[in-house]
Amino acid sequence: MITRTTFAGFGGQGVLVMGYVMSHGALLKGLNVTYFPSYGAEMRGGTANCTVTLSDAKIASPVASQPDTLVAMNGPSLEKFENRVVENGLVVLNASLIEEDLSRKDVTLLTVPTAELAREVGSDRAANMIMIGALSAKTGLLSQEETIKGMRAALKGKDKFFELNEKAIQRGFTFVNNGK
Amino acid sequence: MNEKVLMRGSDIIGEASVRAGCRFYAGYPITPQNELPEYLSARMVEVGGTFIQGESEIASINMLIGASAVGSRVMTSSSSPGIALKQEGISYMAGLELPGVIVNMMRGGPGLGNISPSAADYFQSTRGGGNGDYRTPVLAPAGCQELIEMTFLAFDLADNYRNPVMILGDGLMGQVMEPVVFPDFLDLNKLPQKDWALTGCVDREARAIFSMYLGEKGELCQHNLELQEKYDRITAQEQRWETIMTDDADLIVVAYGTAARIAESAIEEVRGQGLAAGLFRPITLWPFPTAPLRELAQKGRKIAVFELCLGQMVEDVILSVGERVEISFHGVPGGVIPTPAEVAEFLNSVAKGDGKVGRRIEV
Repeated sequence: MITRTTFAGFGGQGVLVMGYVMSHGALLKGLNVTYFPSYGAEMRGGTANCTVTLSDAKIASPVASQPDTLVAMNGPSLEKFENRVVENGLVVLNASLIEEDLSRKDVTLLTVPTAELAREVGSDRAANMIMIGALSAKTGLLSQEETIKGMRAALKGKDKFFELNEKAIQRGFTFVNNGK
Repeated sequence: MNEKVLMRGSDIIGEASVRAGCRFYAGYPITPQNELPEYLSARMVEVGGTFIQGESEIASINMLIGASAVGSRVMTSSSSPGIALKQEGISYMAGLELPGVIVNMMRGGPGLGNISPSAADYFQSTRGGGNGDYRTPVLAPAGCQELIEMTFLAFDLADNYRNPVMILGDGLMGQVMEPVVFPDFLDLNKLPQKDWALTGCVDREARAIFSMYLGEKGELCQHNLELQEKYDRITAQEQRWETIMTDDADLIVVAYGTAARIAESAIEEVRGQGLAAGLFRPITLWPFPTAPLRELAQKGRKIAVFELCLGQMVEDVILSVGERVEISFHGVPGGVIPTPAEVAEFLNSVAKGDGKVGRRIEV
């Protein structure tokens, strides 16, 4: 098993943190992990992306030719990465910000109203945690408990965010499992 | 065994260095390796070592000379143009026979270039950008766990041979996070005694360390011959490499560092399509593992060299295998990160001999 997920959005949306959470969750589960962030002359409001590769075998390249899954948090990210997704792959969209339609017809689409759901659990700022919950639920790569453990490990020392983030991850799971 | 932790490449080198006994770091900031001095700025204090942000790259490498002369395990780091500035100091360390570790997380060049990953400093590292007849062992790790092994090895080689040693990574390697397990701290008291270090000469003969030989009886010539004898020993004893899936391979891919990891995924891909390719990965770039590569270069096999630059290591491949086999080269210059799919295209093109990707090397 090897699976590659690209997270993309603008700086400040917690895109890299989503990658950390997934990476830590997978590490605790005993999988091999490679986390590869984009870096450049980037700033708040600019673009940010990272690719996380999970495997039960050795991971050779940290660079992916084609991600199996794209998590797009804003329109420009969808536009930039949509065509790189593997055939019949998965695209998860932040419906709160993305109005564009998908031009790909082969991929599976999941749209998540992250801001609305985050507000429900207490704060807009947990939108990325809604998303990582929904992603885990959809792919089955991490259980709800493993996702929460990953979040706690990724944000070690920032305990004051744990309660909100846990609620948001749970809400993301519920959204996918119940369809609302 | 210690716990498995998820860490970034630059931080990993920092942690590995203090566990390997490094107690003096001096450096000057440059992207993409700033996380390493940032990590050490806090960590060195915790282990009772010294961290100095020098006023320049040149000042930093010269601080290493002083700290190494009194017997410490010392390290500096930078990225390509910053390493260019340190070359004078590295030449002096070679002449003074002072151990020290220099980390280069390569970025695109020439000149300031940009901050994207690159591997265009192969010549600078293996041939030496400084003056004189000297050599620097160059270690080229490819993954995060290997960054730890190579950091420990770099300090040991430096001490064993009284020579500067370079760890050659790239911007991507510094940013990637992977799970790693650290070995325990080395016991500083159990490291080999340095019977040359300038530690104060109360109750013993005075010592001196210098790189200038003005004598008229061939002293400089003798110094150089002794250095050469040391480089010959390093060449004989310290070559390191890895082979993956080469036993049945018709096509041998030669790549190091990040390029080797991308190539390994490409090899998995083309093997799925029926092309028997394998990887030869030099881990020491100097001394280059010439004999093992020559052994692999049997009749009927082809060699495909892939680099994150426009062709530098390929010269060592040519020196190693000469006209024995057909050599092709594909390189991607700094600023672009190639995918395994792109390398797979190169490998298929070499196998078919259609010349669509890369170029055939005329020896």
